[in-house]
Amino acid sequence: MATTTTTPELKTYIGKRVRRVEDPRLITGTATYVDDIRKPGMLHAAVLRSPYAAAKITGIAIEKALALPGVKAVYTGKDVAAVGPVPCAGSMEDLRIPDHRILARERVYYVGHPVVAVVATDRYIAADALDLIEVDYEPTEVISDPEEALKDGAVRVHPEYPDNVAFTYKQAKGDVDKAFEEADFTCEERILVPRLAPIPMETRGVVADWDEGAKELTLYSSTQIPHLLKTQLALQLDMPEHHIRVIAPEVGGGFGSKCNVWAEEALACFVAMDLKKPIKWIESRRESIQVVAHGRAHVDTIEIAAKKDGTLTGLKLHIVCDIGAHHQLLTPIIPTLAVLMLPGLYKFRSFKASLVGAFTNRAPSDLYRGAGRPEATYVLERIVDKMARILGMDPAEIRFKNFPEPAEFPFETVTGLQYDSGDYAAAFHKALDKIDYKACREEQKKARAEGRLYGIGISTYGELCAFGPSPATPAGGWECASVNVKATGKVEVLTGISPHGQGEETSFSQMVADAFGIPMSDVVVIHGDTAKVSYGIGTFGSRGIAIGGSALHLAMQDIVAKATKYAAHILDVDADTVTFKNGTFSSSAAEQTLSFADVALETHLCRKLPPGTEPGLTATRFFEPSNFAFPFGAHICTVEVDQETGETTILRFVAVDDCGKIINPLLVEGQIHGGVAQGLGPAFMEGVIYDEEGQLLNGTMMDYAIPKARHMPWIETDRTETPSTVNPLGVKGVGEAGTIGSLPAFVNAVVDALSPLGVDHVDIPMTPQSIWRVIQERSRS
Amino acid sequence: MIPARFEYSAPETLSEALRLLGSDGEAKVLAGGQSLVPMMKFRLAQPGHLIDLARIPDLNFVAEENGAIRIGAMTTHNQVETSALIREKCPLLAKTAAHIGDVQVRNRGTIGGSVVHADPAADYPAALLAMEAKVKLVSASGERMAGLDEFLVDALTTLLEEGEILTEVHVPLERAGVLTAYRTLVQPASGFAMAGVGVRLGVENGTITFARVALTGVGSKPYRATAVEQALVGQGAGAETFAAAAAHATDGVDALSDMHASAEYRVNLAAVQVRRALEDAAGSA
Repeated sequence: MATTTTTPELKTYIGKRVRRVEDPRLITGTATYVDDIRKPGMLHAAVLRSPYAAAKITGIAIEKALALPGVKAVYTGKDVAAVGPVPCAGSMEDLRIPDHRILARERVYYVGHPVVAVVATDRYIAADALDLIEVDYEPTEVISDPEEALKDGAVRVHPEYPDNVAFTYKQAKGDVDKAFEEADFTCEERILVPRLAPIPMETRGVVADWDEGAKELTLYSSTQIPHLLKTQLALQLDMPEHHIRVIAPEVGGGFGSKCNVWAEEALACFVAMDLKKPIKWIESRRESIQVVAHGRAHVDTIEIAAKKDGTLTGLKLHIVCDIGAHHQLLTPIIPTLAVLMLPGLYKFRSFKASLVGAFTNRAPSDLYRGAGRPEATYVLERIVDKMARILGMDPAEIRFKNFPEPAEFPFETVTGLQYDSGDYAAAFHKALDKIDYKACREEQKKARAEGRLYGIGISTYGELCAFGPSPATPAGGWECASVNVKATGKVEVLTGISPHGQGEETSFSQMVADAFGIPMSDVVVIHGDTAKVSYGIGTFGSRGIAIGGSALHLAMQDIVAKATKYAAHILDVDADTVTFKNGTFSSSAAEQTLSFADVALETHLCRKLPPGTEPGLTATRFFEPSNFAFPFGAHICTVEVDQETGETTILRFVAVDDCGKIINPLLVEGQIHGGVAQGLGPAFMEGVIYDEEGQLLNGTMMDYAIPKARHMPWIETDRTETPSTVNPLGVKGVGEAGTIGSLPAFVNAVVDALSPLGVDHVDIPMTPQSIWRVIQERSRS
Repeated sequence: MIPARFEYSAPETLSEALRLLGSDGEAKVLAGGQSLVPMMKFRLAQPGHLIDLARIPDLNFVAEENGAIRIGAMTTHNQVETSALIREKCPLLAKTAAHIGDVQVRNRGTIGGSVVHADPAADYPAALLAMEAKVKLVSASGERMAGLDEFLVDALTTLLEEGEILTEVHVPLERAGVLTAYRTLVQPASGFAMAGVGVRLGVENGTITFARVALTGVGSKPYRATAVEQALVGQGAGAETFAAAAAHATDGVDALSDMHASAEYRVNLAAVQVRRALEDAAGSA
């Protein structure tokens, strides 16, 4: 029965600093991660990995391991030969995809290459059994360095290919050679962008469970892409897709490393089906650092041409990308993003870029937070700074000089991207004001007079986010959302994205609560289960709200439209007269009003079904974006370098980011903070180090440094809001902004500090020792 | 990251611990486990039997006796850092403890465990050598005292014999008027010192009358920089003296070299850190 309700004062949520609804379960230890899952009769797998970077496998003795009480099975490459190769999406014509099996067969190609899997009644026995397996390796010559790998006559990682070129990629526009000829000034820099280990707090892990009766396979995996993984498993295992269910339970961080299809996922499935037992495999931290695709891995050569008034006219880039021995899912695609985003926020007239992927005897590289864009932004912001120095221009001035004006949007870059919207000068001004740039330069003068090394680093960055239009992505760039309104007015949202820290349970609930005029606690957001959600692409590339949220927005519009019809019918008025505001349906033609819950109940009871209307209040919508979205911002930092120790102290760090419309500023700031930490890491301490023999030298947390709380500066955040034009929410995405924007600011600041010594570039990581060496060399010369 | 099989005992008395240790050649003492457990997880250490000292109340105390502070081996870094007695009577030790690892490590790690592990870059030894501390070693057949300088034989190697347990660290009470400082620059992943310096400085009427300087993280074991001390005593306390003395920070020492810091860098760092620690101490008056 419909009743008249008085509307209480309604709380709205969008734009507010709403605390994350995910956090109580996470911080009280009641959340369920893969390793918390236990199945009756479950067995535990462990993987033996190659200690060599290149070797032939001449024999594997498994008898001793099999004889260990508790060991149930041992699998080698031959035993799992039925499983298809680890997939790689990439479409270059000359792309070489070596046969990438889930366990090595005749050869191993990198340290950490999986060779044997052991299955036992508990993980301790499984680990003990690994020590009992004897693999005979015949070490072969190693090629570890990507530039060496590309030289004539280099040792070949894959002997079946004539060289180590995995793929090439070229892009050009305009007459760049002419631009360089006619330029007043040109400069060049060779810039190393080291390999980075993603280090999610939760390592990878899977539980595979085979239901023999139903012929159904369930895989719990700590993944960012459960739906894509399900499809890929169907192909790898040659199984009907509708008999596979993938569940991403709580996922403890990914940073792109879990936006992949991993050998161990299919391996666990195969073993579970073979033994007809649930199988758990949890990656160790050592394995995680060793084999989870490292990011970046570039050797870049960048050249820039400019007029003496600071107009930037041409850009050339050559990338050597160390892809490792095998491709992972997106390995060949990631460095192409660096080419696309190369022009950053500037109006270049011409460019030329070439990219070579080099096979090396190292672990595969692939996406890591920012994925191609931090590399592009870093080399661009470095070379723009260097050019400013050559021109005797302030680094702020050269940037202002080359921004497109707000009226020029949509702005087409020289690489052919259509930037949706932007006011770059506004964000940059805000950042300069916030840090008081003039005062900083005064402080620098004073410091230099006192012989102190004080530097100011600027980074104005753009990024390509909200992946993406489907034609530009390898497996669809859309997203799906279902909204199911229950009889009691509670709302269930099913989304195809797969959050793992981004907080969409919160931001989506805010959107629903505002759209339906209900409290956030009346909303549940369900994700990461292919049996519940029809399909989705996943969470990566700063796409969650922009694409997934837009699908939700469309579905909510459908709900409101249908509910309005119901309300009109119940109120016995013309639908055109019904308005829905603050959770209340009202009509100028009726005194009675209806709440959202009233209508929800009626749609289920159907005592008065409007003609031509079906029962129920649910909607499923898909959103296909017309383009990427392009967030931007300005990060500025001030530092002081200790001449005697080479230590850098970060004095201030200002981040002004524009990610379009904001649903929850708290989530945005959290993303910026985390992102800045992941820019600070590579700036000052991070980097995977391999030696010439392909051995990983810093493969433990005792040697591989990531920022700790005490390393972090106070991050002063602010924002401008320029709505995107490519989705109905006007949002752009913020998951990677901090990582992309911060690194160049750190490096430019240190270079600026060292510039009185004649320094115009330092490679990362800028450890105290490396900075000290630079200072020593300069002081000697 | 899963240790090999081991047995675990948690005796409640020292005599029971000594008995267990003596009866099993595979046994190793667990005293906080902040270094041993990671080594076991990497299977770099595979002791067959762990004897955990955590439940022996007699090993966790701080007391003043006969001109020294006695610290039980199982006293955590956090307890050392926050002990009012240590802060007052042996301030350098409390200052140093505050630099060890992170909060979690300081809550679990113990002074006895750290000293016995003898990591060449551990923080404690720089302070303990500068304070001329002694350690008490107990076995089933008796007990003995050893100066920390003789106890630390080399990297990860000590005077401790099979069947012996380090039960106490004895630190002489700080002399009246002596100024102290601890300084370290750490490797960012491990938090261990690339050059850590403990300094004790006595100054009367502007002249240095007493100096103790010890370094960690620089050589294969922590050491007292006696050449620095000699260059200080009798000189006027000031920047020039400190700089001249600090230049001797690595006299006679083969500096370590690893992927985080070359020998050349460590030698530089040692001198810089010694000079700055001296300035810190002098400035703390």
